[in-house]
Amino acid sequence: MGASSSLHPAAPGSSSEAAIDFSDVWIGFDEGPILRGLTFSVLTRETLILLGETGTGKTLTLKIAAGLLCPERGTVRAMGQNITGKPERELLQFRREVGFVFQEGALFDSLTVGENVGYRLEVDGASEDEIRPRVEEVLRFVELEHTIDQLPSELSGGMRRRVSIARALITRPPIVLYDSPTAGLDPITSQTIITLILRLRDVYGVTALLATHRLQDGFALANFRFDSQTKTVQRLAGGESASAVTRFLVLRDGRIYFEGSPAEMLASKDPYLQRFLI
Amino acid sequence: MSNTPLQASEPQTSAPEAPSVAGVLTDAAKDAVSKVQEYAYLSYHSVANLFTRPRYGQDTLQQMDDIGVGSLPIVLLSGFFIGAVMVLQTGSQFQRFGQVSLTGDIVSLALVRELGPSITGLLVAGRCSSGIASELGSMLVTEQVDAMRAMGTDPSRKLVSPRVLATLIVLPLLTTISVFIGLLGGMVASVFSLRLSATTFWQRAIAILQFSDLMQGFSKSLVFAFILSTVGCYQGLKVRGGTQGVGRATTQAVVVSSVLIIITDTFLTRLALYLADKL
Repeated sequence: MGASSSLHPAAPGSSSEAAIDFSDVWIGFDEGPILRGLTFSVLTRETLILLGETGTGKTLTLKIAAGLLCPERGTVRAMGQNITGKPERELLQFRREVGFVFQEGALFDSLTVGENVGYRLEVDGASEDEIRPRVEEVLRFVELEHTIDQLPSELSGGMRRRVSIARALITRPPIVLYDSPTAGLDPITSQTIITLILRLRDVYGVTALLATHRLQDGFALANFRFDSQTKTVQRLAGGESASAVTRFLVLRDGRIYFEGSPAEMLASKDPYLQRFLI
Repeated sequence: MSNTPLQASEPQTSAPEAPSVAGVLTDAAKDAVSKVQEYAYLSYHSVANLFTRPRYGQDTLQQMDDIGVGSLPIVLLSGFFIGAVMVLQTGSQFQRFGQVSLTGDIVSLALVRELGPSITGLLVAGRCSSGIASELGSMLVTEQVDAMRAMGTDPSRKLVSPRVLATLIVLPLLTTISVFIGLLGGMVASVFSLRLSATTFWQRAIAILQFSDLMQGFSKSLVFAFILSTVGCYQGLKVRGGTQGVGRATTQAVVVSSVLIIITDTFLTRLALYLADKL
């Protein structure tokens, strides 16, 4: 992979400042409440794995974090600002600082890969001379530079996810929200996606909130690191800590069921958590 | 391990109560009011967005091409035969009174005031309101609308306003073309069926028209354009239930916009006649 050093300005490190902060967040629809008083924080440059069965509100949590949905109760702070109840006009500005990778990619099917990736820059009024190099740079990062003129329908599912990651990176956001990025993909393609997420975390210091129902994705992020010198993924040696903290947060029935480190998750004897570990 | 409880509380279950008739009616009324409110909100913003930045000129041009140029064949074809059939129907009646020359007058008035705007509106509603609803609905169910919002773009500005503006521009033009082609069809029918000269037909068709007639037709086509585009956008952006929901929204868009066009036409005609008397 040939990532350019200008892709993201942030350097890896750790911080105790909360990048995303949920406080007693409730949301529901006609069928009743989905999230029931969710309270958690994602620290800057931390990776929080949001684990849960289908329908437990993982995607809703991500959409609330991005300001796409407004909670019925509670407050959400992101990058130091309260985004709860903000007018849509201000939220549009806020969302430019957050990357969102949708479950199925959500690429604009009438635009080419290059147009999809450069969409934000084009909307901001950037010239073609500015857009093209940036698009090529992020597509090179996800190893899909050759697909720049193809339509999303011509790509495989895994390639579409990688384009979606490239699109989320185009404005160099400090926070990226991943909605089940490996769902429905084969193990090899899933590994490619996880490697990309590792690179973003370890090389560019991106804060991540990742929703998934696959525990192995979480442990891959917790137990491996991306070495920017050798440009390879390496298993963390015993006692070695990753450049960024990875934590688990398990949702059940709209509430937080478990919150802790990968080691605590592994050590848990709780029958429900054990079902994820099998 | 965090201090959060490991045991989730058991969900409280209670026997569902049977809904009362009053409750069902109240819910239906609330639902209807809510839909009207949402539609009014979308319609207001579709116009208000046109006066503030950012504007999406390229999208508007693309929609004008799709809605305007794309609808031209059906508008031309139907316009020609509507004019011809109008002549055949009215001409046979006028022949009984020996007033065949009045055919040009009546066909011209009917086309400019009524049939041109309403038939064109209904045809474009059938073709474009459904198209808009299915396109936006598909974007919604595949999360493309959410992706747009996540990237800092207002969907009502990017998707709705260009479609509304494009329809407002092209429908009056399509109506004008439809009326002209309708008169042409009427002329052909009157020459071959009623043995009326083409010159007489055109002279009478043009002489009978007043400024108020032209304004009536023009204003109607503007209102119909607004209805069919906003209804299409509203139905598309309110899709629920995946691809099945998209199909439902497409049908709803055509039905609702067509019915609204016909109902609005009655009130606009009454208003136009009132204003024509007063002014």
